[in-house]
Amino acid sequence: MIISILSDICLLLGGILTLTGAVGLLRLPDFYSRLHAASVTESLAAPLLIIGVILDTGFTLDSAKLVLIIVIMVIVNPTITHALCRAAAHGRISPEMESETEFSGKESK
Amino acid sequence: MIENLELLIDVCLLTFLLLIVFAAIKTTNLFVATMLFGIFSFVTALLFLDLDAVDVAFTEAAVGAGFTTVLMLSALRLTGAFENVKHRHSVLGLFIVVLTGAALIYGVADFPNMGDANAPVHLHIAPEYIQLTQEKIDIPNVVTAVLASFRGYDTFGETVVIFSAGAAVLLLLGMGHAEPKHEPEQNLVLWVVVKPFIALILIFGLYVQFHGDFGAGGGFQAGVIFASGFILYSLVFGESYARQVVPASILPRFAALGVIIYGLTGLVSLLSDKTFLDYNALSSNPVSGQHLGILLVEAGVGLAVFSTVLLIFYSFSGVNHNE
Amino acid sequence: MIAAAIVALLITLALTLIRAFLGPNIYDQILAVNSFGTKTVLLIVVGGHALGWFSYVDIALMYAMVNFVGTLAVMRFFEQYKPQGENNDY
Repeated sequence: MIISILSDICLLLGGILTLTGAVGLLRLPDFYSRLHAASVTESLAAPLLIIGVILDTGFTLDSAKLVLIIVIMVIVNPTITHALCRAAAHGRISPEMESETEFSGKESK
Repeated sequence: MIENLELLIDVCLLTFLLLIVFAAIKTTNLFVATMLFGIFSFVTALLFLDLDAVDVAFTEAAVGAGFTTVLMLSALRLTGAFENVKHRHSVLGLFIVVLTGAALIYGVADFPNMGDANAPVHLHIAPEYIQLTQEKIDIPNVVTAVLASFRGYDTFGETVVIFSAGAAVLLLLGMGHAEPKHEPEQNLVLWVVVKPFIALILIFGLYVQFHGDFGAGGGFQAGVIFASGFILYSLVFGESYARQVVPASILPRFAALGVIIYGLTGLVSLLSDKTFLDYNALSSNPVSGQHLGILLVEAGVGLAVFSTVLLIFYSFSGVNHNE
Repeated sequence: MIAAAIVALLITLALTLIRAFLGPNIYDQILAVNSFGTKTVLLIVVGGHALGWFSYVDIALMYAMVNFVGTLAVMRFFEQYKPQGENNDY
């Protein structure tokens, strides 16, 4: 009973996080902020959703393979983010800054 | 509720397919078009899963999203990355396409419903195969049983076709050589992460190869996944290192070896006074003879597919155009 | 609750597709395509469990790997092409 409630909570949280990441991907103004939104929410939502499914399945061979999927996701997502960010920096995509002089030291809002 | 969920997933995925194809046709940047066709393969494989065709989904994802994308990108390296857009609208072309589409839809309307148990295609020989698999071969995956045992000739033909494709690419392009100035830049994070990941991919490929009797899998998928591991190595560490790990000269030999393994299995049955590719001759107990035959045949297919896929990748990436 | 997760994933797929079509430069599109692939893996796991698809775990495992290889391939070939190609990104 409590495992089923936990599974529901994990699935719900994972769904909400995924949606948040997608909205961030669509609405944020700049490539680097979109990258941040997509990757951070992805790295948490994927394990949550899969843990929700594991709790629902029980202790079988399938859940061991699902744990393997979690491990792969947690390793692969940040790597792709790093590679993409580096490629974009090389491709001279500049981040959107608030003011002209970026190191002026003033807080501009 | 489950039928509603399935219907929802089907409708959404089919809409995505349409949108992806429209966007892929409209864009003129061929990199973007290749990526969009990659996710087209993903969505198609999802649809196959929803239709309970698991082996097909497996192969579609491995080949369509993995290998074809890499191959198209290798080809894009040699041609331009932008499409030559011709502004020419042909009314005759549109008319012919609409006419053909209407004729097709009119013809399809006569078909029985998809999945209808009384459709002629489901009543012909499929129930016999399903029943005979239980009696004579005794493995859970009926698709592998049909592929490797009941329709062994066809699969042999497919393996020879794959081998011929590799031979044709070899005749046209040759193996080429790695060009040292196109080495990837040093990226420590990628290097550290990719090395164990390649091991994982290779082990998964072997798992799919041998698990094909019990779950989704088989020789074709395993060959493509195994080759993807080496393709990943080549992408991250550079062509020249990859060609040292797997030399280009052994790949045609491995491909031929795969086909020969398949043929020899059939030949052994022939020499034991039975028909070609009748696995009952391979062991004293017919059922274990079938198991052994399927194992050998899938191994031959896996080897042939792996070598051909890697060979085609080497050929495409080894063509050095004049800078 | 699992139906809600599936609906959320489908909406996410749609939104990610919009970014893949729109993205002003190609890195946005690479990001969106990779994100689409990862959400597809999650949809297979959650949907496979809810709808009883056969052997869905192996396919999800393979998708995760193939997604990684595909994205790395796009980035590598794009960076290899770019020095000789156009200077504007799109």
